[in-house]
Formats: sequence, C-alpha cells, structure tokens
Amino acid sequence: MNRFLWPLVGFIALVSFLAVGLTLRPSEVPSPLIDKPAPNFTLPQLASPEQTFSPEGMKGKVWLLNVWASWCYACLEEHPVIMDLAKTHAVPIVGLNYKDVRSEALAWLERHGDAYTLSVSDTQGRVGIDFGVYGVPETFVIDKAGVIRYKHIGAVTPSAVRDTLLPLIRELQQ
Amino acid sequence: MIPEIGHFSLILTLFVALAQGGFALAGAANGNARWIAFARPAARVQFLLIIISFASLAWAFVAKDFSVAYVAQNSHSQLPLFYRIAAVWGGHEGSLLLWMLMQTGWAYAVSVFSRQLPDAMVARVLGVLGLVAAGFLLFVLLTSNPFERLVPPPMEGLDLNPLLQDVGLIFHPPLLYMGYVGFSVVFAFAIAALLAGQLDATWARWSRPWGTAAWLFLTLGIALGSWWAYYELGWGGWWFWDPVENSSFIPWLVGTALIHSLAVTEKRGSFKSWTVLLAISTFSLSLLGAFLVRSGVLTSVHAFATDPRRGVFILLLFTVVVGSSLFLYALRAPKVGLGGRFDLVSRESLLLVNNVLMAVAAGSIILGTLYPLFIDALGLGKLSVGPPYFNAVFVPLMVPALLLMALGPIANWKSAKVGAMLKRLYVPAAVALGVGIATPIALGRWSPMVALGIALATWIATAVVIGIIERMRATRSGLLAQPRSWLGMHVAHLGIAVFVAGVALVMGYETEQDIRMAPGDTVTAGGYDLKFLGVRKTPGPNYVADMGDIEMSRDGKILRLLHPEKRTYTSSAMPMTEVAIDANGLRHVYVALGEPLADGAWSIRVYYKPFVDWIWGGCILMALGGLLAISDRRYRLKKRERRASSKLAEATS
Repeated sequence: MNRFLWPLVGFIALVSFLAVGLTLRPSEVPSPLIDKPAPNFTLPQLASPEQTFSPEGMKGKVWLLNVWASWCYACLEEHPVIMDLAKTHAVPIVGLNYKDVRSEALAWLERHGDAYTLSVSDTQGRVGIDFGVYGVPETFVIDKAGVIRYKHIGAVTPSAVRDTLLPLIRELQQ
Repeated sequence: MIPEIGHFSLILTLFVALAQGGFALAGAANGNARWIAFARPAARVQFLLIIISFASLAWAFVAKDFSVAYVAQNSHSQLPLFYRIAAVWGGHEGSLLLWMLMQTGWAYAVSVFSRQLPDAMVARVLGVLGLVAAGFLLFVLLTSNPFERLVPPPMEGLDLNPLLQDVGLIFHPPLLYMGYVGFSVVFAFAIAALLAGQLDATWARWSRPWGTAAWLFLTLGIALGSWWAYYELGWGGWWFWDPVENSSFIPWLVGTALIHSLAVTEKRGSFKSWTVLLAISTFSLSLLGAFLVRSGVLTSVHAFATDPRRGVFILLLFTVVVGSSLFLYALRAPKVGLGGRFDLVSRESLLLVNNVLMAVAAGSIILGTLYPLFIDALGLGKLSVGPPYFNAVFVPLMVPALLLMALGPIANWKSAKVGAMLKRLYVPAAVALGVGIATPIALGRWSPMVALGIALATWIATAVVIGIIERMRATRSGLLAQPRSWLGMHVAHLGIAVFVAGVALVMGYETEQDIRMAPGDTVTAGGYDLKFLGVRKTPGPNYVADMGDIEMSRDGKILRLLHPEKRTYTSSAMPMTEVAIDANGLRHVYVALGEPLADGAWSIRVYYKPFVDWIWGGCILMALGGLLAISDRRYRLKKRERRASSKLAEATS
C-alpha cells in the first residue's frame, strides 16, 4: 500500500471517533448513587434556620431534591420549570441551597418565586459532596423508600419534565 | 432592515465564493485565462460583502436592536458601548462571522500581495480558499445565522457573559482566528501546488511569509488568552491544559514545525512531501479545534452553547476538507522527488528533529485531549485527563528541542562539522551551567527544575547573542543591516528563552495563600505586607461591586492601594472576581476577593508570582520575531527586480 495513504487512514479513524463522540453526552457522568438509598443528612432550613430538615421526613412520598444557588445562572433558567413542576403537577420539591449566602438566597427566592416545599442551607457544600454534586443545578428523584431513582444534570427543561421526570414520578407514585 | 441587509450580503458571499472556487480551479486546470482572471476580483468582492454583513451586525448591537435573537442573547441595554461592539463576536454565531471576516480578509490579502506569482497559481490558491469559505458560509447560514429575528422582540437582552466583559475578550478571539484562518492560506498554497504538480522551492518561498504571519497571530492570540484566564478567572494560573486551550496549542505546535520545515524546503528542496503534509495538518487541526470547541463533544470551561446540528455540520465540513486534501496528498505525493541530500549532522537533520519533536508533542496533546472521548466512545467509562499527564509528556519532549535550538542556527546546510560546532558552544554551555546553578541559590531555595529551566533559557539566549555578534563581525555591519528574516529567527528564539525562564521561575517560586482576613489584618507575600482595610459597595455601569481596599507596603513604607473586586452583574446575578495586580516586570502581587465571612471579614487569595510577565513577554518577542521575518526585503521585491535577480542567479550558477 502507498505509504502516503496513512495520513488519510488515520484521519478516517479520528473522524469515526468524533462522529461517535457527537452522540455522547460528556457532561453526564453516571451517578453511582442511582438505586442506592439517598445519603442521610440534617440541615437547617433556609427560611427558618432554627428548624432542621432530614430526608427521613419525606418517607412515603416521591420527591425531588433540586440543588440550586442564587449565584447559578442555569438555576434561573430552570426555575420556571421547577415552579411549574411543583405547582401544576404537585410534586414535592426540596431545594438544596448549595454553597450560598443566606440573605442572597432568600432575596433570590423573593425575586423569582418560591415553589419549594422547603429549602435547606448547605453552606459548606458537605451534603452536596455526599450526593456527588459537581455542578449546579442537579435534580434527584427519590422514591417512597428513600432510594435515589434518577439524577438530572444541568437545567431541567420542559421536555425533560414531559418525557422523563413526570412519567418516572407517576410510575413511582403507583 | 439593516440586519436583513447583513443576512442578504452573507448569502451573496456564498454564491461569489462558490463561483470563485469553481471558475478559478476549472480555469487553472484548463488554462482558461478569463476564468483565471475571475479569481482576484471575486476574492475582493467577498471581503467587501462580509464587511457589510459584519457592520450590519455591529450596528444591531450598537443600536440595541433586541429583535435580533443573537443581539438579545449577548447584549443588554446597560452594557457599555465598548463591550456592545466586542459582543459582536462574544457568542457562537457572531464569532463565526468574525471568522468569515478573517477568512475573506486573508483571501483579499492574497489577491493583493501576489502580483509576482503566476496567475494560474493565484487562481488555484484563491479557488481553494473560496471553497473553504463557501463551506463555512453554508455552516453559518444553515445552522448559525446571527441575523435571525425574534417575534415579538424582547424588551431587554440577556447580557454578554460577564466573563467576557473584559478587554482581553476584545482582542483574544480576533488574534486567535487570524492565526487559525491564516493557516488556510498556507493550506491553499499546498493544495494548489499538489493540484498543479509543482511542489518545488518556489512554492515554499511563496508559502513562508503567509505561514509565519499566521503563526505570529496565533502566538499572540494564545498568549492573550492565557493572560486573560490568568487575571479574569482569578485562579492565578496561566495555563490549564483545558481542551479549548489545547485545541489552539496543537495547531501552534504543528505550525511551528511547518515554518521550520518550509525553510528547509525553500533553501534545500528537501522534506517536500512532509512540508505539504504539515501545511495540510496545521489547517486541519485548526478545524479540529473549531469542531471540539463548538460541538460539545468535550467538556470545557470555554465551550459555546452547543447544538447537535452544528456538531454534525462542522464534522462534515471537517471530513470533506481534510479527507479530500489527504486523498489528493496520497495521489500526488508519491510523484514528488526527494530534495537535496544531507548528512547526519547538518541543519536539515536538526530541523528534522525539531519537526519530529513538535509533531510528537502535538500528537500527545491530541491524544490527551481526545482520550476521554475515545474511552467514552468505546464504552469503557468516563474519565478526564489533566495537567499531570500533559506536564509529564510535554516537558521531556521540549527539553531536547530547547537544547537543539542553540545548535540549529549555527549548523551548516547539507553537512556540518561537529568539531567546529562544539567549539562555538563552549561559551553558551559554560554560561548556562553557571547561571542555571547560581539562580536558584541566589533566590534562596534550591530547585532542580528551576536550575534546568534557567540553564536552558540561558543556553539559548547566549547562543542567540553570540550568533548575532559573530555575524555582525563577519559582515562588518550593524545589527539593523542584517537580513530581517535572520534577525526575526533570533528574536523569536530569544522569546522562547524569556518564556522558559518565566515559566521556570513562576513554577519554582510562586506562593499562594488562601486566608481569612478581618479589617486591619496583615499578610506577607514575597516580602510585601498587605493590610486589609475593608470592603465597600461601589456601583458600576451594569453591575454592583464589593471593592476591597488593601494597602501594600514594604518595610513599613506604603507603596499603593490595591482594589480587588467582586462584581455582581444585574442581568445575570452572576458573581465575577476582578483581581488586583501590582506588576513591575519582575513579579506580580496578585490579590483576589473570595467570599464574605462573618464580621466584615473576607476570604482572600494572595499570590506572589515572580517573573510571570516574562511568560507573555516571551510570546510577544516570538511574535515580533515573526513580524521581522515577514518584513524581510526579499518579500517586498518588485516583479522586475525579482526577475533580474533570478536571471543573475542563473548566470552565476
């Protein structure tokens, strides 16, 4: 074979990898926590820090844990979708206010609306570490037994709600 | 109305580019002089049309026309005019329009500065450039139209990403794209030469200034990007081996190999098929970079908002451009003869080693950058490759390259005498050893890496200075009377020495402190005392800032106040760090505000960065060397003089 063909052969191999790469979603790292019990924690509530919240209290309900922060731009983008999910579809959503300043977080909710069942303050991000959060926003679907069934990375879009989250939630509620 | 003019003008450009590609290439193939003559005016018209298009988009930004979707996404009514203009290329669509402005601008330059070239050759070059431009125009028009309207128009824009609201942004992409796109000219020359079957020294001589010009822009673009990341991200690092940084660095490495290889092909007629392959590769890797950044196949801090259609289209474009070029290469390269023979010890051999080292370095960075993708595509899991890999492969490859840099310029073409070369290297070797050992001792802490880095930098710098002095003596003329391309080479090599010295000293002696400071607290960095006075609120045009007051003093003498800021942009509520830097050319004292803590205290990052300016200073020197090289008078010879000199050369040989 003509040795001058080798660059072309190498290039074809590279392009095939790139083509496969296009079909992949590099930011979606599979969570090892799927189908494992949600890590337990006790954190002060954002609105009233003297009260605490722990996932134990949600046993028997299908609920979402939505990681958000006032400094997070994508959270603002998904906020209307989260509000709609909580209000129209009556899904209980607990906000994990991640590495945020309390006053700014409260002001953010004031400005953009608050449909969370409640939010808890994870100022140091310790609970975030337990949940394997590496970017905000992330949303976990937790079933009646307290097991994590699904993790959505990035802003929740209306199509993700329609095609994935709602069908899953309805199925788990059965 | 004006955005529609811009859109229409973009569509017209596509047809001109297609016609230029078709007529010019067909004309050159059949020897049809009228078709050949179409190439130059067509290239100029394209540039004019893109200017109209670009100006229309700029107008939409200046006039705050939020009915244009792209303007609404990247601007805001309170955004200062300066940034509204820079925002034209702040997002994906507009940056592609900037890319097109550069692409057609380079083709325009070829049409102007190519009078001494045969018309058929120019037609081929412009024809190839026209086809490349057409590919990109299709991409813009079909997937990334910056002129799309929003109905109903929003009242307010989403604002330019605060990270990009900075002078660094204004110049970084244009310089980088000038480099990327500039390599398309060398690429077009290579394809034209392959098509014509004239792969000779003349072709290399024509390509060289274009390659050097593209290379110097790319050098500046990368340096500016690094400087921007250094002060805008507030992490104090100047290079992160991020996939997007890598995708600009890979073409730089291959481009560096290319400008050296072109020198051999021009002077000695050797390495022809290798040089052609490098010319194709450099532009292909620029395209690969564009694909990686814009398709979202890799995760990066720089990535553009991604759309799967764009990824597919740009991959197709990449496949067609590179695949057809490599196919043409496989067909034509076997007929290219070998050039002049050379001995094992000769300038050719040394430049070949340079080429191999650069190509291997580029290859290993490609591997590291794409490895996560390969592993993911093979279903073997997800991982990321970070600085440990890149430093481990890159540094050992660069050490021999730097060692050989002192040898190359003094070696003779064809065959060099080892003894004579060694004799000229005693002084640089002795100076390098002395300075390399003395520097870390003088700075108070021994470090083998600093000693190695400084020794290499001194080795190169001394060799450069001696080389210049010897030549001035031999020719009995002053520094400025020397050929500019020769001077340019030395200045660029000196730039490398300055760069290496900067890197070695920063890595060896930087200090980093991340501390809690209450008003009145003092911290010491590099012999300077920094006293935290407090933080106050200050309004900006489209943000509110917490501005820190930090008093910098040395031995009790107050030097200045530093004002690091933490800005919150009103439109996005995104906090941004603005660092404060005190620089004097020899060191930076770098202060960044972290988070507010209780009782008026803040977490504050303080860095001491010795010689960090030398990193970018070295890059500027490299680019200056490139500028000197392309201003060489042999590129400015008039047609007649050129003919006369070539006749003279024939007569004497």
